[in-house]
Amino acid sequence: MADPSPPAAATPAIRLRDIVKSFGPVQANRGAELEVAHGEIHALVGENGAGKSTLMRVLAGMYAPNSGHMAVEGRDVTGWTTADAIAAGVGMVHQHFMLVPTLTVAENVMLGSEITRGPVLDRAAAERAVRELSERTGLVVPPRALVSELSVGQAQRVEILKTLYRGAKILVLDEPTAVLSPPEVQELWTVLRALRDQGGTIVLITHKLDEVIDVSETITVMRAGRTVARMPTAGTTPQAIARAMVGRDVALALDAEYTGVSAGQELGAVSAMLEVRDLTVVGAGGQPVVRQATFSIAPGEILGIAGVEGNGQTELIEALAGLREATGSISLGGRDLMPLAVRERGDAGMSHIPEDRHDRALVLDYSVAENLILGQQHRFTSGATLDRRRVYEHASNLIANYDIRPADPALPARALSGGNQQKIVVARELARDFKVLLAAQPTRGVDVGAIEFIHARLREARDEGKAVLLVSADLSEVLALSDRIAVMYGGRIVALLPRSDASPDTLGPYMTGAERAA
Amino acid sequence: MSESDPTMAPVGGDTPTPAAMSAASNRASRRAVIEEAVLPPLVALLLAAVVGDVLILTFGQSPGAVYRLLLDGTWGNAYGFGQVLYKATTLVFTGLAVGLGLRAGLFNIGAESQLAAGGFCAALVGLLLPAGIPALLCLPIYILAAGLGGGMVGAVPGVLKARFGAHEVIVTIMLNFIVLALLNYLTSTRLHVPDTLHTAEIGSGALPRVSDVFSSFQGSAANATILLAVLAMFALNWFLFRTRRGFELRAVGLQPHAAEYAGVSVGSVTWRALAISGAIAGIGGLNYVLGYKHYYEEGFATGAGFLGIAVALVGRSHPIGIGLAALLFATLSQGGLAVNALVPKQMVDVLQAVVILAVATSVPEVRRLLRGARRTGAPGSAGR
Repeated sequence: MADPSPPAAATPAIRLRDIVKSFGPVQANRGAELEVAHGEIHALVGENGAGKSTLMRVLAGMYAPNSGHMAVEGRDVTGWTTADAIAAGVGMVHQHFMLVPTLTVAENVMLGSEITRGPVLDRAAAERAVRELSERTGLVVPPRALVSELSVGQAQRVEILKTLYRGAKILVLDEPTAVLSPPEVQELWTVLRALRDQGGTIVLITHKLDEVIDVSETITVMRAGRTVARMPTAGTTPQAIARAMVGRDVALALDAEYTGVSAGQELGAVSAMLEVRDLTVVGAGGQPVVRQATFSIAPGEILGIAGVEGNGQTELIEALAGLREATGSISLGGRDLMPLAVRERGDAGMSHIPEDRHDRALVLDYSVAENLILGQQHRFTSGATLDRRRVYEHASNLIANYDIRPADPALPARALSGGNQQKIVVARELARDFKVLLAAQPTRGVDVGAIEFIHARLREARDEGKAVLLVSADLSEVLALSDRIAVMYGGRIVALLPRSDASPDTLGPYMTGAERAA
Repeated sequence: MSESDPTMAPVGGDTPTPAAMSAASNRASRRAVIEEAVLPPLVALLLAAVVGDVLILTFGQSPGAVYRLLLDGTWGNAYGFGQVLYKATTLVFTGLAVGLGLRAGLFNIGAESQLAAGGFCAALVGLLLPAGIPALLCLPIYILAAGLGGGMVGAVPGVLKARFGAHEVIVTIMLNFIVLALLNYLTSTRLHVPDTLHTAEIGSGALPRVSDVFSSFQGSAANATILLAVLAMFALNWFLFRTRRGFELRAVGLQPHAAEYAGVSVGSVTWRALAISGAIAGIGGLNYVLGYKHYYEEGFATGAGFLGIAVALVGRSHPIGIGLAALLFATLSQGGLAVNALVPKQMVDVLQAVVILAVATSVPEVRRLLRGARRTGAPGSAGR
């Protein structure tokens, strides 16, 4: 990097060819490509699990690719280390901040490359450096403030400053706006444009299409570990990007044809099974994360909630399940659920497939049989003890009916594949006596065969007259299963459409907040 | 709500019996569990033996001779064995107390003061009861008193954690100082026999000594509290691995978010677990107060609470393992006296420390707690 003159214009800043990266049996990247020109803002888009973050971690040296070719500034850097990447001016700003909250902004910025005078830290010099960098980039943060006192947006600026301080010329931002308010997002765009104008190259990982259109010059779309499209932003539309992200062939592979004949379609006569009014959830920061959600689901209906992740779906589901404080009203078959705790709501007929399998839905060190009664352990007792015979009977029934492999009730859940772990959860929640099913990301991280199986079970539940609330970040899944579709944006339900009116094209503007109907 | 489960389909005659289905896998997974549970302590022991050899050699002694002396002085004669049993009895209680906490994901460092509070309360009740009541009659009262004494000391950090999120390690450590100081104050100002640090003798509830039955145990303090300890071991084993509450408690310890999802109130499990943990430690105080001296004395079991942490870790928080680990540590501590002629008895402390360090670095609970401590402030982050 001794040569200060910029490389020839034709040499791309980044060129990744045919990158393959697998984690055990999971292939996160299967031939991904990325070419980023000098001095551009490049958007890397795709659905969750498309392999965007993995590809960027490969670029930043955090993962070594299994195969493929990487070049930065025309130099072959395949399989380099994080230290190499930093030295070559590639910096990554992660979704989760890596700052020390008890240190000041300046101290955090110089952490790892401290300015010293003899053995003593030179804080004044660090503060000067931060101020200088702030002026140059527009990333204004008080250098003496403690990081713990900063807002999330400010903390993110510190992350970017830190990366720039280390000499980054290629900046990778992983979902930077996930935690920002709309005005903060605009400020971030200003900063990124300024950096670009100063010769920086920026890769922006995102799945929010409005951002892509707003700020990028070129777009690379990834799907299922592969790069499926590369296009200039000028002249494209969110619809075109969404089509590339979701992909017609994937929709076909998932058997996405909507086959519902729903009792809920002719609502009028049928009274709602689940009725939610003005449900509001306040998040950790004191801001409402679900705002006055109002909807109802009829027996025999699947209501799908589409939307970019982080728009309140998780909180909505958890509030319904009783895992989060909320205001408003929830009634199940006419019964008020608000005063009931988690277990009582379950007993009242609420079944819940949580989105986080490893944190919430399973106790990984418990056996398959034990996990199959989790949440219903009070129904498998004789006296104070758990009735092991009934627990195992229950387990062997469900293992057979749901084809959980290996078919071994004594194995710890940890030992099973993701798909089979999810089958445990689905089996447990569908086998209980329920009227309403909350299904959050029911097929996340699950292989295609298991996806089809789980979809079939959800349709069966619907056909048996259950009310199903489906939340999925995968739009094709929502479209394939739902009888009606709601869109959440910024904690609100911004649209509620019958299935026949819903398509990626019609839902897109609601998902990006461009339109509101509700 | 009825306890019967309407979703349970009757098992048809043609389905393979669950017992047959799980027998083979039970065997395989049990072997894995045993390997995971037993190997680290064994490796730790081996490591301690190696370090011990080196130490003994530096003192110019032969390891064989020293170990033989250690065994002769402990398991080799009735008196030594009795002393091992006596020491192990207290350690079983403090070990079970710490182990129960660990199963619920809590690190109870307060067994030391909970043990003292239990002994104190038992003695206090003993001083109030009329003399001469038969032991069997007043034993339940003593157990209740000791359990309440330790349980109250344990409940304080539990409630503070459940209500305000105060870390139980800090609170239990601090409570050790407060409670021990308070007990010393009460003893030395109100209850002591002049010129001593102990209370007057209590007139009831003295438990029979082992030497009452086997005269060769003459002089050793081993007493019927051993039976209580064994009972506690099996009761806790049953509670943890057979009951619904135990199922829920362990779920809280392993994955609090999953436990919450399963309808368990993490807060109430937390305070109850610490209260019961304290109660178990407190009952351990009977070993001294009813089984040995028949009075409360300042510092009657100094160190037994802290050693209980080591016992629980080496015993892998498993009640049976804790029983074995208690025997091990009791043997080492009694053996220290036996080998004093050849090597300084502190050598045995070094061996204990090596065992603790080796096991502590390999025990999952400790690793999880360390990980948890590092991650504090980032709740809800999914594992890996």
